[in-house]
Amino acid sequence: MATVVQETNVWARDALLNGCQAVAQAVRLADVDVIAAYPIRPYTEVMDALSKIIADGELDSEYIVADSEHSQFEIVKHASSVGARAFAGSSGTGWMYGFEALVVTATDRLCPLFVVGNRALDDPGAFGVEHNDALALRDMGWLLCWASTAQEALEHVLIGYRIAEDQRVLMPMALAMDGAFLTHSQHMVKVPSQEAVKRFLPPYNLGKRRLHPDNPVSIAPQVNEDWVMELRRQNWEAARRARTVIPKVYESFNDIFGPRYANPFFDEFMCEDAEVVLVGLGAVAMPARTAVRRLRERGKKAGYVNLRWFRPFPTEQLRATLGRMKGVGVIDRNFAHGSPDNGGIVVQDIRSCLYPLTQRPAVTDFIGGLGGRDISIDDCMRMLEITFEAAAGKQRDELVTWIGLRE
Amino acid sequence: MASQLPVIDYEKIKKIHDTPLEEFYTSGHRTCQGCESAMVMRDFAKASGPRTVVTGATGCMYVANTSYLTTPWIVPWMHTQLGAGGSSAVGMAAGLRALMRKGKIPQEKINVINFSGDLGAGDMGIGGISGALQTDYDLLIIMYDNESAANTDIQATGSTTYGAQTTFTPPGSKHRIMHRRWKKNVAAMLAVGHPTCRYVATASATFPALDFMNKTRKALSIGGPTFIHTFDPCPKGWDFHPRYSHELGELGVKSGIFPLYEIIDGQVIYTYDARQKGRIPVREYLEKQGRFAHLIDEDVDYIQHMVDTMWNEWEIPGVAPFRAGLSVAG
Ligand SMILES: Cc1ncc(C[n+]2csc(CCOP(=O)(O)OP(=O)(O)O)c2C)c(N)n1
Ligand code: SF4
Ligand SMILES: [Mg+2]
Repeated sequence: MATVVQETNVWARDALLNGCQAVAQAVRLADVDVIAAYPIRPYTEVMDALSKIIADGELDSEYIVADSEHSQFEIVKHASSVGARAFAGSSGTGWMYGFEALVVTATDRLCPLFVVGNRALDDPGAFGVEHNDALALRDMGWLLCWASTAQEALEHVLIGYRIAEDQRVLMPMALAMDGAFLTHSQHMVKVPSQEAVKRFLPPYNLGKRRLHPDNPVSIAPQVNEDWVMELRRQNWEAARRARTVIPKVYESFNDIFGPRYANPFFDEFMCEDAEVVLVGLGAVAMPARTAVRRLRERGKKAGYVNLRWFRPFPTEQLRATLGRMKGVGVIDRNFAHGSPDNGGIVVQDIRSCLYPLTQRPAVTDFIGGLGGRDISIDDCMRMLEITFEAAAGKQRDELVTWIGLRE
Repeated sequence: MASQLPVIDYEKIKKIHDTPLEEFYTSGHRTCQGCESAMVMRDFAKASGPRTVVTGATGCMYVANTSYLTTPWIVPWMHTQLGAGGSSAVGMAAGLRALMRKGKIPQEKINVINFSGDLGAGDMGIGGISGALQTDYDLLIIMYDNESAANTDIQATGSTTYGAQTTFTPPGSKHRIMHRRWKKNVAAMLAVGHPTCRYVATASATFPALDFMNKTRKALSIGGPTFIHTFDPCPKGWDFHPRYSHELGELGVKSGIFPLYEIIDGQVIYTYDARQKGRIPVREYLEKQGRFAHLIDEDVDYIQHMVDTMWNEWEIPGVAPFRAGLSVAG
């Protein structure tokens, strides 16, 4: 990679921020025009922080406390249709309450950004992380990615808007953050300068589709069987194009802010010579990397893939990395009851991505950390060991193992 | 953060010849013959003019009204979800205000109007509309009330007249009446609950002539969020010949079953004061519609009794169902 001369004014300051506060800072820097809020833990603190930012005059934005998530998401969708950059977010059951609005935001090809503070779905009530909320979007024409640190969360609001609003993409963006582990844990965060953000993120421009009396379009008229296939096909093409736009956006990010992302779609940790890797989303990256180091100390060639982008799914890139392995263990912090291997959601995509390879690694699945249960370093070591066994041909009867379950 | 934009200076339309010739809702739709809701669309679009953006909730006025490649809308229009009438208007108004304030688009008054049906606005979306009426955005929500979920083939809603036959409430050998809910009073409920909302009205598209267009203009001029509830005879759902649509609207008003009023800054002004002008029996309105064909005298008497009570005993007839006189506890 070319050496990049970092400009001194790229970063404004270092600050101790949790994931929510980091996202709020990014929304300020993105000069968002319309924000709609509704309370639900753990994402709520994003809106707490933003309301104060607005109250203090640090961001000029409409700020609406909605009567429900459905209204919250519809407000943001329609604000986006008139050309306003818009922001909302939610968690768990609140996210599901607004789901109808999320679906049409994508089919209308509007591009607000939403943060999802991942939370277990009701019932029973639990505040802790589980990924089913955000993963429910996976087939809906959304951009969907996970941040694993507060720094990444901040940067992915900016990266997210830039990708979502790209004329070749025009898809809404969901940025997921593990509840508590990221939303509420503090990190030292480098906050970019407004000037640098301006250089990276151009203004939102819907072009010919912006709704305004000077541009009297009709958006989403009834089409029935006459046109739905063609319109779905346009969504499909946008999602495919996003795969090529994403690396370009990261390149431009790296140019301005320094070489921060070697691979836009996932981070590889000790993967170069690895034989067995775990793949996970979000904050589990921390214990997983420590577990990899410990196994390395014992001479075992372990690695970790921190999967950032889930939609679009980085098929080619993952094939290249995972195809070299003997064993792949997928950490599913979610459930997909009755699915092919009775495992989670992520493993299904990883398996189908690897299937065309003639030489395939053994793929095994782990369900863990549901409802916010900790996934410890020991848990990660155990998962790696099971994956090594699977790679050695000692496949278990069940392809899925529940980790950290009281039995 | 309320807007300081000049309002569009509308004149009152005094005579039918003064109505603007220009149409902003025109051919291309495929609503039934005699569809009064389509009249509502045409009238509000005409009254509000070209500097307007519209959102339309799912329902007949979406599905039968706005088809791909044959849109009847000359003004910009966008579909919104069944229960999203209020939030769609808030979203657009907020977006436009932010963009104007930040200098991203020119400053001017743009009308933001949503229309939603009685199921969309009065049942599913009532929370969102309540939220919208608490804001300080300039917007108008029109609930076009054809007294059923018409688009899904005429099912009962919270606004369907008591006793009516719908596909969810058919008369049967054991139960003559399946729809036993009294029509909810959406406009008044919203007016009572939102004291900062300056304008709430009920209207009929054609009676009195020009009234609805002038109410639309008042709502758009007064500032802040506003609400109009229209009473729309629906030939298909109410089962009558399309030639009688206007007449049925008039009968509904004159029988007193659908009160016409405006509430401007908390003051109730009757458009048709049935106390002074007298009321015709509700039977004359009911018997012209197939949806009431199964009712017997007892049922008609009950409806008449409820309408009489509304006009004779309510503290504010047609609006607030409280009885005069305070009783003090203890
Ligand atoms: C969330 C949701 N539920 C159900 C439907 C199906 N649906 C479409 S139109 C409609 C009826 C709407 O009734 P109303 O708002 O009174 O409008 P009308 O059809 O009478 O014009 C229903 C139930 C839908 N589109 N969305
Ligand atoms: S069913 Fe009723 S509301 Fe729907 S288009 Fe026909 S007349 Fe109009
Ligand atoms: Mg209806």
